[in-house]
Amino acid sequence: MRRIISVLLENEPGALSRVVGLFSQRNYNIETLTVAPTEDETLSRLTVTTTGSDKVIEQITKQLNKLIEVVKLVDLTEGAHIERELMLVKLKATGSQRAEIKRTVDIFRGQIVDVTSSVYTVQLAGDSDKLDGFIQAVGTSGVLEVVRTGVSGIARGEKVLSL
Amino acid sequence: MELLSGADMLIRSLQDEGIEYIYGYPGGAALHIYDALFRQDKVKHILVRHEQAAVHMADGYARATGKPGTVLVTSGPGATNTITGIATAFMDSIPMVVLCGQVASHLIGEDAFQETDMIGVSRPVVKHNLSVRHPEEIPEVIRKAYYIAATGRPGPVVVDIPKDMTTPNERYEYSYPKKVKLRSYNPAIRGHAGQIKKAVDMLLAAKRPVIYAGGGVILGKASNQLTELTRMLGYPLTNTLMGIGCYPASDKQHLGWLGMHGTYEANMAMHHSDLILCVGARFDDRVTNATEKFCPGARIIHIDIDPASISKTVEADVPIVGPVDAVLKEMLALVKESKDKPDPDAIGSWWKQIDEWRAFHGMRYETSPDVIKPQEVIELLCKLTNGEAFVTSDVGQHQMFAAQYYKFDKPNRWINSGGLGTMGFGLPAAMGVKLTHPDDEVLCITGEGSIQMNIQELSTCKQYNLPVKIINLNNQALGMVKQWQDMNYESRHSQSYMESLPDFIKLAEAYGHVGVRIEKKEDLESKLKEVLAMKDKLVFVDIYVDRFEHVYPMQVARGSMKDMWLSKTERV
Repeated sequence: MRRIISVLLENEPGALSRVVGLFSQRNYNIETLTVAPTEDETLSRLTVTTTGSDKVIEQITKQLNKLIEVVKLVDLTEGAHIERELMLVKLKATGSQRAEIKRTVDIFRGQIVDVTSSVYTVQLAGDSDKLDGFIQAVGTSGVLEVVRTGVSGIARGEKVLSL
Repeated sequence: MELLSGADMLIRSLQDEGIEYIYGYPGGAALHIYDALFRQDKVKHILVRHEQAAVHMADGYARATGKPGTVLVTSGPGATNTITGIATAFMDSIPMVVLCGQVASHLIGEDAFQETDMIGVSRPVVKHNLSVRHPEEIPEVIRKAYYIAATGRPGPVVVDIPKDMTTPNERYEYSYPKKVKLRSYNPAIRGHAGQIKKAVDMLLAAKRPVIYAGGGVILGKASNQLTELTRMLGYPLTNTLMGIGCYPASDKQHLGWLGMHGTYEANMAMHHSDLILCVGARFDDRVTNATEKFCPGARIIHIDIDPASISKTVEADVPIVGPVDAVLKEMLALVKESKDKPDPDAIGSWWKQIDEWRAFHGMRYETSPDVIKPQEVIELLCKLTNGEAFVTSDVGQHQMFAAQYYKFDKPNRWINSGGLGTMGFGLPAAMGVKLTHPDDEVLCITGEGSIQMNIQELSTCKQYNLPVKIINLNNQALGMVKQWQDMNYESRHSQSYMESLPDFIKLAEAYGHVGVRIEKKEDLESKLKEVLAMKDKLVFVDIYVDRFEHVYPMQVARGSMKDMWLSKTERV
């Protein structure tokens, strides 16, 4: 099952490599990984999406917790949460395609952020399924390049991951 | 406040940490540190002949004393040579700090001479590693390193020290921090009271209980609590290879150790139990055999300081995260005050069953009128040293024989590489023990394969006068490899035969020690007595043992705990 694990990490050199190293050492999957400093500059927030049985996920969270630089973590998929991913897509856009793409972008509530005579660059945010859906809708043949940030997530309601 | 250079701060920090010995080898990036070491006499440095041995020495010291060991090496090859030692300590949760020189900060990343990314290289085999980024940080980094290494589930910590952090003419204010606070590292100090209560209720209601204790009991200094609880309950106890000595082997409640080469009665009792109390062990694959067939009727209580060890391979019914000594103490109190007592009928018939298993095998082996059996060498050594020696071992058949036939009644005396299985561990580990236990008998039980992996340390033994006794069970083959080839590869002995063995007697003599060869069975006892009488000499005892002997019992691969070979021909 797909899980989103969100980690507060000491913002120190080498901390990220420990997290990434742990996944490969213990044969766990990483599907996406995002990391950036938080409002507290001593902490980074890292979000990793992974798949595995309940037993594997339990081991992943325990092993992550053992890393000295991991301050706190939460499996967001255990409760209600919001997940977002940002995608930039470069699409071939000539002739009648231009209007068609524009319509699709509007339906998906994306934005065209750069335009040339033959190319649109589209920005789209949403959960991973929505981004996959957009690529499907425009068709892979017109896609020149895709960049995705990987998933960021946050729990709904009052629940907060902080010190 | 005192002004000190980074190198002097480092050595002062070690003094303030109470470090007696460091084991190491100098080199370019560590020279400022070695100079600071030279200008003081509190911390003693032992110069090894290969960095791997420095780590095993520190490891042997840590296992025998319960205190963290310390290693000092230079960058590059000095640092990478420590990796096998660090991995050995990591697998067995041994507290240790490894100080590595590094090229100067401005050279890092430029492929400078003797540069290796030691933080990266060591990462998978350390509890943690730290890099010094400013000389002023040194006292705090050192304090942190020992704190992390020795608390919680212990383990090795590497400290990477670029050469410019220890420059002699740059001085800084020195003070050694009394306390460390790490917001992200807070090992449990006691177990969950509700879980402990639940565990005690289950224990007292059990009909066929077994206590399964591991190295965590020794590391957690909980042998006394474990022994008291076990005796109070009157339940059978088995321990892992790493747990040897956590409970007296001569006690009637002790079933010997369990697992791949464990006793018949320990493995049978585990398989047929209805309740397993696991204390500081981790259901390793060499213990459980096939996990899906593991102890089908047993509920499991698992006490461990490391939550990640619980339900990792075998699901626990009652997990208890906490230090074993504190948890066992609480359990003891609850058992004492409980109105419920163990069911005498059920426990009585359980013991009757166990005694039958005991009588059925009882660690028997065939003796021969003229060939020396490795098992009888160990039994004899145990007798001649009253079971009181510190015994280190290498890895292979001799390790299993030593663990099976030397009866340890005390913790910290059986010292082996259980998790990683590192050949070459035994001699340097024995040296680390002998250094701090000069009046105790220290035996290194080894084989002609393993001993050659760190034999250069005979030179270190000469320099520091470390009269350990090396017992080389010489079967002229890589015995355990050969045993597996006999059992699984129709005796095709691929690369398991040790050709061109050196003359170990001459070799020992070349290093300035004594060598004794024993080939005849009738000489065994008298010669071993002579060897043990040479108190102040390192003696290399080369004993020619049965070349065809196998280690039994041996669990059948992918079977349950009760599926074992008891000899070359008997399978149960």
